[in-house]
Amino acid sequence: MRARTLFDKVWAAHEVRGRSGGGPATLYIDLHLVHEVTSAQAFEGLRLAGRTVRRPDRTLATVDHNVPTSGRDEGIADALSAQQVAALERNCEQFGVPLFSLRSPRQGVVHVIGPELGLTQPGMTVVCGDSHTSTHGAFGALAFGIGTSEVEHVLVTQTLPQRRPKTLRITIDGRPGLGVTAKDLILGTIGQMGVSGGIGHAIEYAGSAVRDLSMEGRMTICNMTIEGGGRAGMVAPDDTTFAYLEGRAAAPERFDEAVAAWRELPSDEGAVFDREIAVDAAALAPQVTWGTNPGMVVPVTGRVPTIDDAADDAEREATRRALEYMGLNGGEAIEDIPVDAVFLGSCTNARIEDLRAAAGVVEGRSVAAGVRAMVVPGSMLVKAQAEEEGLDEVFRNAGLEWRDAGCSMCLAMNDDVLRPGERCASTSNRNFEGRQGRGGRTHLVSPPMAAAAAITGHLVDVRSLDGDLVAGGA
Amino acid sequence: MEPFRRVSGPAAHLDRSDVDTDQIIPKQFLKRIERTGFGEFLFHDWRDEDFYTLHDPEYRGAEILITGHNFGCGSSREHAPWALEDHGFRVIVAPSFADIFHTNCTKIGLLPVVLPEAQVRHLRNHAQDSPGAEVVVDLEELVVVAPDGEVFAFEVERTVRERLLNGWDDISITLNEEELIRRYEATRERHGPSTLGFAS
Ligand code: SF4
Repeated sequence: MRARTLFDKVWAAHEVRGRSGGGPATLYIDLHLVHEVTSAQAFEGLRLAGRTVRRPDRTLATVDHNVPTSGRDEGIADALSAQQVAALERNCEQFGVPLFSLRSPRQGVVHVIGPELGLTQPGMTVVCGDSHTSTHGAFGALAFGIGTSEVEHVLVTQTLPQRRPKTLRITIDGRPGLGVTAKDLILGTIGQMGVSGGIGHAIEYAGSAVRDLSMEGRMTICNMTIEGGGRAGMVAPDDTTFAYLEGRAAAPERFDEAVAAWRELPSDEGAVFDREIAVDAAALAPQVTWGTNPGMVVPVTGRVPTIDDAADDAEREATRRALEYMGLNGGEAIEDIPVDAVFLGSCTNARIEDLRAAAGVVEGRSVAAGVRAMVVPGSMLVKAQAEEEGLDEVFRNAGLEWRDAGCSMCLAMNDDVLRPGERCASTSNRNFEGRQGRGGRTHLVSPPMAAAAAITGHLVDVRSLDGDLVAGGA
Repeated sequence: MEPFRRVSGPAAHLDRSDVDTDQIIPKQFLKRIERTGFGEFLFHDWRDEDFYTLHDPEYRGAEILITGHNFGCGSSREHAPWALEDHGFRVIVAPSFADIFHTNCTKIGLLPVVLPEAQVRHLRNHAQDSPGAEVVVDLEELVVVAPDGEVFAFEVERTVRERLLNGWDDISITLNEEELIRRYEATRERHGPSTLGFAS
């Protein structure tokens, strides 16, 4: 038989109908995650057409984008946010969809809760009305974001018409240096391939640096696949994957049997990808974005590019505009850039390992004067775990705010917002104009780098502070 | 959804690449639970910028938008195509689109047209230099006709074209495959996991 990729195998196992006459295939969806921002209009569509949710047992909803991260007992102050959350509660009630609402001990960011419950498993198809659904690919699942019309389609039919993407293998080999995390690997990769380099492709991340990562690190990498334009990001399941899943609430009862089947999933020897890219992990320093898309990234040891560095007119204009928005002249040393705020959170970097790595850096130190720093755990379970380990104390003692779970300042739909002109070191995934608040300026970094910026008050190479650095972790 | 056959009229232009959905419809407007009414917030945070001309009087009523590559990157929010549609656009022409955005457009009857960079520039120059000049986008013939009569052919996936031409909605089409879905569930659906029993 022809050698197949991981993607080929998962795709084939879910074809309800193969592609016919150049049209899309119909794919079966094993897990459909739902949140408040992209679902209301889909449920409304069901009501108008008199339709039902086909498989509530394969659907799970949570509130995350809009929710407050402090003072939850008083409910949601913002009337529109409250209305959107109430609409999801009503919809889940009416259609029988299980929901983690505001006061659930399992509430959290949609891409954190699936994996931590063990709901995301190798070989599955996972969709959600959210572009960072690619996160779940870390388990060897085919996971991708969809729009609201497609959310409605999956609610009704549990399937989705899909054009088959091309395949791209990104092989990240080499041993990352101390203080270089999964976030730096993916930022470095996007810097190399550009923000549209992955359009139309399902990406498999391979290579020794990926194999050596924890599940948290693999999720960080797959999470940002969409930032390179990729349709889905996947990592072949292995012993690291199985060890993570074993014992989780939704893990298969006959676990050994499941593992035996999952071992068949990795790409066969000699499987051919439509494209290949190689990245040298050993050559990467901690990364910092300087501009307004995640491809505008340099090593922390570097300088902000100038307009003259641009290769052509279009890039010159994009650079000019990004520098202007970011309040930079071009040519500054990255480490000379001061920050006003630090955000440790989001579905990219707010799992327990991320918080441990950040706590290791801030322990026994204090946040620089004038810097506002907050830690927003990815889920209430992560929060509880961190508190059990005493990480909340470490953060609080250092002067960081310790909050409840949600998307928070990743997209600033709740009250956690940058003011115009404020500059933030953020562990999230997007540095688009206005993403963290209108006029706010975002520098994407890893959790230890964000922690280091909080302590020193400027962007800084975390390797220059002594303390607990987690090599290759987080 | 309304059938889409042919649009003719003036084109507006937005001369930027990698335009993300956070710009098309900033998040402060995502809290509505309706599908309509997003048009007035289209590109809200760019209203005062020099490069931004979509709301200038000479482009009022344009149903065709000419823009740069990787249009619609970032968030999967369908609010972005809703806002463009609600503003009055029916066609977006660009050298490339982000995947999810492209799909979202075709689901609501907004036509994304991919043309080579040089042809997009040709259309952009006309839109910029002679606002109001007529552009034709014909989905039956699969061509764009520039104001100077130049004709550019484009491609659309066959099933998507059929769906748009007829105004069919995807869900009804898939519901015709009910028998196949049932058979899949009976014979090939993976065992678990179930999402029930965790919520509290
Ligand atoms: S944390 Fe940020 S990227 Fe992740 S789902 Fe929430 S808003 Fe989206």
